[in-house]
Amino acid sequence: MRALVFAGRCTKEIVRDPISLFFGIAFPIILLLLLTAINRNVPEALFNIEHLTPGIAVFSLSFIALFAAQTLAKDRSTSYLIRLLTTPMRASDFIIGYTLPLGIIVVLQSITCFITAYFLGLELSFNHVFAFIALLITSTIFIAIGLLCGTLFSEKAAVGLCGALLTNLTALLSGAWFDVSLIGGAFEKVAYALPFVHAVDLVRSIVAEDFSAMFPHLYVVVVYGAVLFSLSIFIFKYKIQQN
Amino acid sequence: MNAAIELQGLSKRFKEKVAVSPMTLTINQGELFGLLGVNGAGKTTLLNMLSGLAKPSTGDALVLGHSLSKELPSIRKLLAVSPQETSIAPNLSVRENLLLMARIHGFSKEKSIEKTEALISQFSLQPYEHQRGKNLSGGWQRKLSIAMALIADPRILFLDEPTLGLDIISRRELWAMINKLRETTTIVLTTHYLEEAESLCDRICIMKDGEIKALGTVDELIITASKENFEDAFVHFVTGGEL
Repeated sequence: MRALVFAGRCTKEIVRDPISLFFGIAFPIILLLLLTAINRNVPEALFNIEHLTPGIAVFSLSFIALFAAQTLAKDRSTSYLIRLLTTPMRASDFIIGYTLPLGIIVVLQSITCFITAYFLGLELSFNHVFAFIALLITSTIFIAIGLLCGTLFSEKAAVGLCGALLTNLTALLSGAWFDVSLIGGAFEKVAYALPFVHAVDLVRSIVAEDFSAMFPHLYVVVVYGAVLFSLSIFIFKYKIQQN
Repeated sequence: MNAAIELQGLSKRFKEKVAVSPMTLTINQGELFGLLGVNGAGKTTLLNMLSGLAKPSTGDALVLGHSLSKELPSIRKLLAVSPQETSIAPNLSVRENLLLMARIHGFSKEKSIEKTEALISQFSLQPYEHQRGKNLSGGWQRKLSIAMALIADPRILFLDEPTLGLDIISRRELWAMINKLRETTTIVLTTHYLEEAESLCDRICIMKDGEIKALGTVDELIITASKENFEDAFVHFVTGGEL
């Protein structure tokens, strides 16, 4: 119950911030529209909508990490977390409270992204529900990174890490805009050692209804998500009990 | 007079640094007890230990008869903290902040509304009840912060630097409010402002480098230091009579 009450509070904190709303919901739409417009005005098509939508959907998840980091780091810096730690709230209430609203935003963000893509030519199908599930699983990676940064760093540093570094890493190493094999070599190896490109390939295979191509990407995403999320819970619990 | 808090050799050490040396003293029920000292004296660390935010290195404390080391969950129901920073949810309104705290403390929806109404009235927050926390002036943020601490009717209230950074009018308003609260609640207050301690506190504990340098009423401290006024007495105790 406390977890749900706290989740309600975190939802309000995020959705009442216009910048969060812009980056969470509007920015993916703008990107889709922009890239589709570019695509229509170049002689050779660079992106097709079936390829682009999963890339944008995964890239948009990097903003979820920013929301997680910002909310938690701000609660730490304003001592709001200290106030809450003197109440009967438990560590699990905090984790659920911070995570649940972000999960809901992920679903809304993904649906918005696919509906926009529909108007740009993507054929919607029931299978896209599986894409939303895959994006939700992928979001655990980003939420965990956000919670880790929010737990360990100041608000400024956490926002810098998630808002600048992570978004750029995701953009470059996910294959959202270009195929990482075009660069190849160490770049490709690094990209495939990280989860971002696997997440994009996973969602692309679902959108293409080529379910056998989901593997091993699904395994990589699940393992990264489970490890990072467990780590973020462990670090959060450690930090609030370390005194 | 019954004891609200009994420190029994309570101490805190961070690696090699002693933040609070073993401390033994009693704070009586209904008392407004001041903790005074220069930066790094150990005031906030002492409050953190008593509110369960920091684990004591040695010793114990009885809070209304409950052992800090063995009965922390029971103690959390009896006391509340208003931290040094304003520690309010910035994007929630005054009313929402209070409602949230009530729900986190486990009150039903109806009871939470009732308690919120009572505190809005008690703290004259009506003109601002729908205003977001971040848009309030510093003085009103502090009032809201203290109101949030009082939502569960604590028997002991810790006020950590409640008037830090406020203008003189806001400070005087808060003093009046704190004076009203003392009728029903035991208050432990930390402050840097000597006139605040002098005006509000029944007894004052002067701390330096984690140790008690002096303890008593304002008059007792002035007499013990053989000084003309409280400021001179305070300087005498923290400098060991060198100034």
